[in-house]
Amino acid sequence: MMKMTAIVFWLLNLLLALLLPGVINKTKAFFAGRRGLPWLQGYYDFWKLLHKGAVYSRTTSWVFRASPVIGLACLLTALALLPLNGGQALIHFAGDFILFCCLLALMRFFTVLAALDTGSSFEGMGASREVWIGALAEPALFLCLTGVAAATRQSSFSGMLSSSSAGWQQSAPALILLMASLFVIILAENARIPVDDPNTHLELTMVHEAMVLDHSGPDLGFILYGAALKFWSMAIVISGILLPLRFGGVWLDGLLLLLGPLFLGVVVGVVESVMARLRLARVPQLLVAASAFAILGLILLLR
Amino acid sequence: MATKIPLRVYNGRSQQMEDIPVFSEQAFREQILAAVRSGARLAALFARETGRGNFKLTALLAQNAGGVLSVLETVVGKTYQSLTPECPQAAVFEREIFEQWGVLPEGHCWLKPLRFHGGYSAGGKAGGCENGPDFPGVMDYYQLAGSEVHEVAVGPVHAGVIEPGHFRFQCLGEEVLHLEISLGYQHRGVERVLPGGPDKRTIHYMETLAGDTTIGHALAYCQLHEALAGCRVPARAQALRAIALELERLANHTGDLGALAADTGYLPAAFFCGRLRGDFLNLTASICGSRFGRNLICPGGTLHDLRADQIENIQRSLAATVKDVKTAVRLLWNTPSVLARLEDTGRLRRKDCEHLGLVGPAARACGLERDVRYEFPAGMYTVTHIPIATWHTGDVFGRAYVRWLEIQRSAAFVQEQLLSLPVGPVRRETKKTNACQMAVSLVEGWRGEICHVAMTDEAGRFSRYKVVDPSLHNWMGLALAMRSQQISDFPLCNKSFNLSYCGHDL
Repeated sequence: MMKMTAIVFWLLNLLLALLLPGVINKTKAFFAGRRGLPWLQGYYDFWKLLHKGAVYSRTTSWVFRASPVIGLACLLTALALLPLNGGQALIHFAGDFILFCCLLALMRFFTVLAALDTGSSFEGMGASREVWIGALAEPALFLCLTGVAAATRQSSFSGMLSSSSAGWQQSAPALILLMASLFVIILAENARIPVDDPNTHLELTMVHEAMVLDHSGPDLGFILYGAALKFWSMAIVISGILLPLRFGGVWLDGLLLLLGPLFLGVVVGVVESVMARLRLARVPQLLVAASAFAILGLILLLR
Repeated sequence: MATKIPLRVYNGRSQQMEDIPVFSEQAFREQILAAVRSGARLAALFARETGRGNFKLTALLAQNAGGVLSVLETVVGKTYQSLTPECPQAAVFEREIFEQWGVLPEGHCWLKPLRFHGGYSAGGKAGGCENGPDFPGVMDYYQLAGSEVHEVAVGPVHAGVIEPGHFRFQCLGEEVLHLEISLGYQHRGVERVLPGGPDKRTIHYMETLAGDTTIGHALAYCQLHEALAGCRVPARAQALRAIALELERLANHTGDLGALAADTGYLPAAFFCGRLRGDFLNLTASICGSRFGRNLICPGGTLHDLRADQIENIQRSLAATVKDVKTAVRLLWNTPSVLARLEDTGRLRRKDCEHLGLVGPAARACGLERDVRYEFPAGMYTVTHIPIATWHTGDVFGRAYVRWLEIQRSAAFVQEQLLSLPVGPVRRETKKTNACQMAVSLVEGWRGEICHVAMTDEAGRFSRYKVVDPSLHNWMGLALAMRSQQISDFPLCNKSFNLSYCGHDL
């Protein structure tokens, strides 16, 4: 039964992930007094791209073609590590959060390789920035998840998310610091303002977008879907910890968990509406601050 | 005999061609260098063919302090000693002369094609392109060596819907060490078709020199035409022209502030200003039916008049729009993350600004008082003054803030004009342009000083017509402002100058 619902919710989450960009866009449009893109624009784009042919530059190798597929596969696996039904994940074992981080890193590694494979100066710049940001965001992510594991005394996502209410009762101050840090990391990892501007058309300022300029057709579709899944899965982690609503019913808990990412989408939309993007040289300061928060949280837990 | 001095001329008045003093090449050079040392600007420098393989160089010097314009000429052969090493603002003009006529400025520091077109002389080859006109952008770029230096080439096809231009960055990591800008993709050869005019087409060429400066260029041309024809424009038309010019400034400055907000990723102000720009354009449309002011200004006056109810409408919607602009711009100035992006980005030193002879908001943001409306007033600006808006920082914030100051002052000016619009006709028939005359017309467009110079032949037709768009002066300023900046700040810096490609390429 548990296994079955885990599969059902895994599929349901895969289906809903593309709604997240729509929620962010609608929120931003609301703040700007506009109507905004349709809620389902993410799906329309994905569908359109799947039906297009892809163009490959002669200078690229198999790495360029493999990268979108590998990226998507990483995310499909990463999502399966999360207890989407509010109970136990499809795949769960002690220390699975480390695998989660590694899968995200693997996806980044291949995206960067594909970007370098094109030989374009824009993609090279994007790759260099991505690695630069990643090198600062990944340790912070590890620290955060370690902190959550320490606070909940659990070593797998399934345990961490289902016993986060106990964590809140015992060490709320530490968890607040960890979640603040995790929120910044989510913004950085998913190329949102203030770290990156997903709306920009300016190649010289892009980070994530610059790396995928040469991808087209289904490959680009996979990348867009992969990006949405990455955002969605990280949103599940933070909202699962922040809102420890567990009623014991598998269906209810799983559906409640689905609301988390959508709510986070609204929060991100608000953040993007009230502030400008940081100057690129200032981004490390933000990420170091996130690490500092995570370390502080860990110290509070381990004292 | 008294020592020869450059001829003092006035904005929007004509001179006899024979009155222009012709100096020896050496004296010409000394006169210009001395004037520039004492703070004058080279507003224009151009050549024309005089036959027998000789060329006449004409220089227009603008002394902003005191508002003195002066003209001088010299005759050169195939070469002359370049002014550029001592006077960097001559660089672009000398490249232009070299390209158009093949006259070589000896000792020029950086002689390369400007617009990549064929030479102007009959059968002549363009200077710099011995094998005929090359494709724009095909040339040797300045390069830096080193294992960690990388080159980034942007354009001519850009990601946004903008004009084509090529930008070559030499970077060390994220830092820009050098930026080289190569234009010419928009060259249409306007300057070559103007001699023989003025005719029915002339005004349309002028209105499309740079589409976003339709009023500015049309006004500069009309002032010139009227000066050459000795025509006095009715007061009401003068006021309407000034209103149109300021509306153009309002629309573009508001659009620029919105675009700056968009480039920092701050969308609320971006969308807000984008809409308000449209509102200003609609005000222009309510006068003449065209949002960009086409067919509003003509030699002799304006083609459209304002009825009392139209005036009332414009007053009302202008007040409402300016109020909204205030709200939108306050969003910008009150958001620390936006200010953090604007401040200290793309800083231009005042000294460089003076050397390069920059004009418009870019110069005023460095604290230089350069505003044609104040220093070389013509038309309505002789009667009503607009204070010069300056700022001292010379960075992106400074250029944005000067725009904001100008928005407020222009709006107040338009309201004032609408309240006291002179009565009378708006148009007077123009006569034929007089023979053997030379006239200078300066207009402070929203980008800066627009300079038109025309000379007529014995039949009263244009023998030479020179257009200097403010962008021609300012592109080099952008290149310099990017030195040791982050490459990711280029779009922001570029937008703060917002220069015209077609105005440069003509």
